[in-house]
Amino acid sequence: MTGYVVRRVLWGALLLILVSALTFVLFRILPTADPARLRAGHNTSPKVIAEIRAGLGLNKPLLTQFWLYMKGLFLHGDLGYSYYSGASVKSLIFDRLPATLSLTVGSAVIWMAIGLPIGIVSALRRRSRTDRTAMGAALLFISAPEYWLGLIVLYLFAADIGQIKVFPGAGSYAGMTADPQKWVTSLILPWLVLAAGFAAVYARLMRGSLIETMGADYIRTARAKGLPERQVVLRHGVRAAITPILTIFALDVGVLLGGAVLIETVFDIPGIGRLNYDAITHADFPIIQGTVLLAALFIIVANIAVDIAYAYLDPRVRYS
Amino acid sequence: MSPFDGADTPEATASPPPSAASPGAMRSASPDSGPAEESLLRVEDLRVTYATEDGTVQAVDGISYELGRGRTLGIVGESGSGKTVAALSVLGLTRAEGATVSGRVSFEGRDLLALEESELRAIRGDEIAMVFQDPLSSLHPMYRVGAQIVEAIRAHRDIAKAPARARAIELLELVGIPEPSVRVDSYPHELSGGQRQRAMIAMALSGDPKLLIADEPTTALDVTVQAQILALLSRLQRERGMALVLVTHDLGVVAEMADEIAVMYAGRIVEHAPAERLFAVPEHPYTWGLLRSIPTLDGPREELLTPIPGSPPSPLAPPSGCRFHPRCPYSEPEHARTDPALEPVPGRPDHEIACLLSSPTRRRLWKELA
Repeated sequence: MTGYVVRRVLWGALLLILVSALTFVLFRILPTADPARLRAGHNTSPKVIAEIRAGLGLNKPLLTQFWLYMKGLFLHGDLGYSYYSGASVKSLIFDRLPATLSLTVGSAVIWMAIGLPIGIVSALRRRSRTDRTAMGAALLFISAPEYWLGLIVLYLFAADIGQIKVFPGAGSYAGMTADPQKWVTSLILPWLVLAAGFAAVYARLMRGSLIETMGADYIRTARAKGLPERQVVLRHGVRAAITPILTIFALDVGVLLGGAVLIETVFDIPGIGRLNYDAITHADFPIIQGTVLLAALFIIVANIAVDIAYAYLDPRVRYS
Repeated sequence: MSPFDGADTPEATASPPPSAASPGAMRSASPDSGPAEESLLRVEDLRVTYATEDGTVQAVDGISYELGRGRTLGIVGESGSGKTVAALSVLGLTRAEGATVSGRVSFEGRDLLALEESELRAIRGDEIAMVFQDPLSSLHPMYRVGAQIVEAIRAHRDIAKAPARARAIELLELVGIPEPSVRVDSYPHELSGGQRQRAMIAMALSGDPKLLIADEPTTALDVTVQAQILALLSRLQRERGMALVLVTHDLGVVAEMADEIAVMYAGRIVEHAPAERLFAVPEHPYTWGLLRSIPTLDGPREELLTPIPGSPPSPLAPPSGCRFHPRCPYSEPEHARTDPALEPVPGRPDHEIACLLSSPTRRRLWKELA
């Protein structure tokens, strides 16, 4: 097991290097705005632009630039400086991470708490009215784009533009330590909107997985033992049905930690997704590079975590 | 352990059977069975239907049988004959799967089909236990074998985990699992097929059942292991005086074990007789087909097995009249219209048969075949 984990971590590191190389090359080779010109403003002489370019290190050969970047990253954990604001990319990411973390974790708790029980009930009462209603609603939420749903709830419930002024609107995010109450109220709408689609997906996943499991022979054995149906469902059915879902869950959380661009933009939450979005509009290579790397890191870590968790969740899985 | 108590394996060529007045003859070793004056299990007109999208499936169509304490009934039939559903329905296990069950299943005077789910649950796994076909899929893959047995023990008895675990180890030892105190912590996939089925049997014994229903208990196992499991069941039955319903497609299995045999076809019992008699003078053409499709070691090698032509009918649209008539080599046009009832053979109240041929005709035909 330990050997397996070490091997996976080493592969993960290699993958991260490849990802940095790929993003580095992609953003410099593909035609995009010239960061030096963007920074220089209007009516500047070529000399000024050249100076800015030299200042950003963009006049060096591409390979040298990459080497310097990788050296900084791996020796000092240095992700470089924003072309646009000059701020350290690392500190920008650390500033933005709590918001994304808050959004992801809160929403994940909500979607699991809503989606799984609905899926369980639907599976147990298959083809009933409850099941049909729940699955119909799920289809609706899966189909609804989250930015559209976000705008709808803002229009309905936001304190500023809403019809019924209940929750703080877009741009009201406050840090958890700075203002805990505002942190919660400002995140309620984004949590719910982000959770809606996922809850629908997880309800369907849970339903499908549990229906399959409840047809298994060991469920019949559990009933033949004389166990109460509740115990049959929860201890025997759900225990087996939830394993594949937890692995998907870890991957989804990993992806979201890399930034929920749409939700963060609609609700104006200063998270990683928003940082990334702004960086793209400013051709701010170092930030793009940093956020892509962070997203890749989360996905790789989630993958490794899933595989390790699986060995504990399902005793049949063994790594050697 | 000595296999197959009594070793009174009936053979197809056996001399005329003992009379019906000696039902305990084959199980004389049973310690406390005594004369089976009152039956332990009495099934009357059991019917099980499933509503499917394609229509109603009549999986079991009015079967009746009785089983005395400590006795063994073999239920034999092809896949799809309804034998497994019939066995599961005794415990109400098909109800959870959406089946409609009617008829009467009296167990020690209580009608199991009329009981509340909670009352039935108190009997399941305690007074009546079950062993299933495939032990790998029938054990939960994510729990240790010991934990699954402990769960069964604690489902019916208010005892702490530690003594329940000790009991689980005892049970594993009883069913012949080596190093039971180690194996108790194994996961099902870490055991061999035979050990898994032994563990399933240990779990079934946790409540000291009066009746054990074994649904194809050896079908998923290697041939050498099959004999061991049958010997184990036979020994446990003798030691504990359990009654046994043995559901199988394999007449060889029931030949070793059963006092009585019921042959099922298309949801019905078509022939029911004491085991020796069924092998000696079978009367139903379907039973003949089953008997003639068993390979024998002492027969000439070049002798071909005789399969039953055709395949079992769809339970969605069973044939009219005698359900076996489309596959029966002796069927007459009349048989497609008349539905035969299960009735005793003239002069033999313990030998019932559902066939439209006359008894003398059947005897003549079997003499020609055998």
